[in-house]
Amino acid sequence: MPDRPAEPVEAISRDEVARLADLARIDLDEAELDHLAPQLAVILESVASIRGVAGDDVPPTSHPIPLANVFREDVVVPGLTAEEALAGAPASENGRFSVPRILGDEQ
Amino acid sequence: MSNDWTRRTAAELAEALAAGEVTSVELTRAHLDRIAAVDGDATSGIHAFLHVDTEGALAQAAASDERRAGGTPLHPLDGVPIAVKDVLTTKGLPTTCGSKILEGWVPPYDATVVRRLKAAGLPILGKTNMDEFAMGSSTEHSAYGPTRNPWDQTRIPGGSGGGSAAAVASFEAPFAIGTDTGGSIRQPGAVTGTVGVKPTYGAVSRYGLIALANSLDQAGPVTRTVLDAALLQELIGGHDPLDSTSVDQPLPSLVDAARQGATGDLTGVRIGVVSEMSGEGWQPGVMARFQESVDLLVKAGAEVVEVSCPSFVHALATYYLILPAECSSNLAKFDAMRYGLRVVPDGNPSAEDVMRATRDAGFGDEVKRRIILGTYALSSGYYDAYYGQAQKVRTLISRDFEAAFERVDVLVSPTAPTTAFELGEKLDDPLAMYLNDLATIPANLAGTPGISVPAGLAEEDGLPVGFQILAPALADDRCYRVGAALEALLTAEWGGPLLDRAPALEETR
Repeated sequence: MPDRPAEPVEAISRDEVARLADLARIDLDEAELDHLAPQLAVILESVASIRGVAGDDVPPTSHPIPLANVFREDVVVPGLTAEEALAGAPASENGRFSVPRILGDEQ
Repeated sequence: MSNDWTRRTAAELAEALAAGEVTSVELTRAHLDRIAAVDGDATSGIHAFLHVDTEGALAQAAASDERRAGGTPLHPLDGVPIAVKDVLTTKGLPTTCGSKILEGWVPPYDATVVRRLKAAGLPILGKTNMDEFAMGSSTEHSAYGPTRNPWDQTRIPGGSGGGSAAAVASFEAPFAIGTDTGGSIRQPGAVTGTVGVKPTYGAVSRYGLIALANSLDQAGPVTRTVLDAALLQELIGGHDPLDSTSVDQPLPSLVDAARQGATGDLTGVRIGVVSEMSGEGWQPGVMARFQESVDLLVKAGAEVVEVSCPSFVHALATYYLILPAECSSNLAKFDAMRYGLRVVPDGNPSAEDVMRATRDAGFGDEVKRRIILGTYALSSGYYDAYYGQAQKVRTLISRDFEAAFERVDVLVSPTAPTTAFELGEKLDDPLAMYLNDLATIPANLAGTPGISVPAGLAEEDGLPVGFQILAPALADDRCYRVGAALEALLTAEWGGPLLDRAPALEETR
């Protein structure tokens, strides 16, 4: 595993919070970073207490009840109309969602 | 019995409707009037509601009266009005999840729970306030201002379902729907003197519930009596083909269990007091009321033993890794493209620029905190150490429940470690806020059901205390039986419901 952190947990840095916000597609300004980073550090330090609690012999539980795929017959049923689907859109045009440009200037 | 329709329970209202003593329009109007009188807004009053649907509720009530006059009520609760937490989609009625990012959004479809309420003929009074995307224990994280506790308006009403609990506690609605991801029905119930139920995971459909954490979220009743909760869970519960995690097997009758419990006889019932969910750090007045309730259950014939669930001490940390991980993924859909807020920065912004600006402007601090924490827990190199480890500890917590339920029928604890704290008191200390859910979280991790029943007022501050009862998955009836027994014994001791002792609310209009 390439970047597994050394024990004990390193405190989360302001730069790390900025990188995570970038991954989560949230523009945080400087003041927000100053505010959030120390709080996240405290929370992380607290939740890190579970490291080492369960050994390799303990299977993980992703869901409280066993899940199975649920299938139905492949029949056509009415869905939302185009008008209903577009009713909450910030912008629409010719029965379609209107979105800002996807590609950058250089493309 | 009081002539004021807003003081009656849902079961009493159903009886009055059946007996022809009142119309649905009359009692729906009584509740709308009460809302207009005491609910106020973000700056004063209870502020339990984000949207009140006066016209829609009265139209639904009129239709109910017509059905009843024609001899065809759809359900025993047909015509009894209800409030719904703003996390559930309501066709034609705004649904914001307490967030600016969904301000003004009107869903094109109903959540299954809402559809079942409408199909049974219950008028929907409106949508109740909540912590943004159900993240919080105080309803202070609502983007539209906090809800206030009817017992003391300088205090929190619990969270994230503070709006639903406060609406029921202040007699604005006979009962309401909440959702419980880490205690968001039970903890507000405890601090407002109401009954809150988290059903077995999957026993009530999550279709149309705007997801916070899929493996933890569960909709359920907020009421003033255990019987009302049983009536409501039976109405909204049951298998739903639209939710792939919906449980496809029947639960024992909850209403029968509540009626049986109300006789006050618990002979043969084994009750386990969880040693990890009490003691040091718990408010003395909360512990005193809890102990009195346990003593009452013993008098009612129950056998009480102390039970240890050693992994429960890790539940809070486990929860605060699993929840942010699931929420960071769920909230990715708020991308400013298809619905909700769109903030367009200057210049010629790309879709990604718009997304970043919108998510910064639309999400509040707590939501950002958890999305970033979840992004961290799921990121490469940390996944095994945090998220993977949390999923394993979740297994240990489930095993603790299984071992405990081999010895006892139900587990009990105080619902929350303290009574309602002051508004603003813990707003800048997320960790202190999280500690409030200490006793409620294990049930969400294991998918087991739980109920919080009012247990009296703490001596030091005169505020409500909740008594929590937990049962094995699909044995929700046990929560109702023991809860109804405790309620009957305590109500007899108090000479009436606890809420009768709440202060009268000033009219704000």
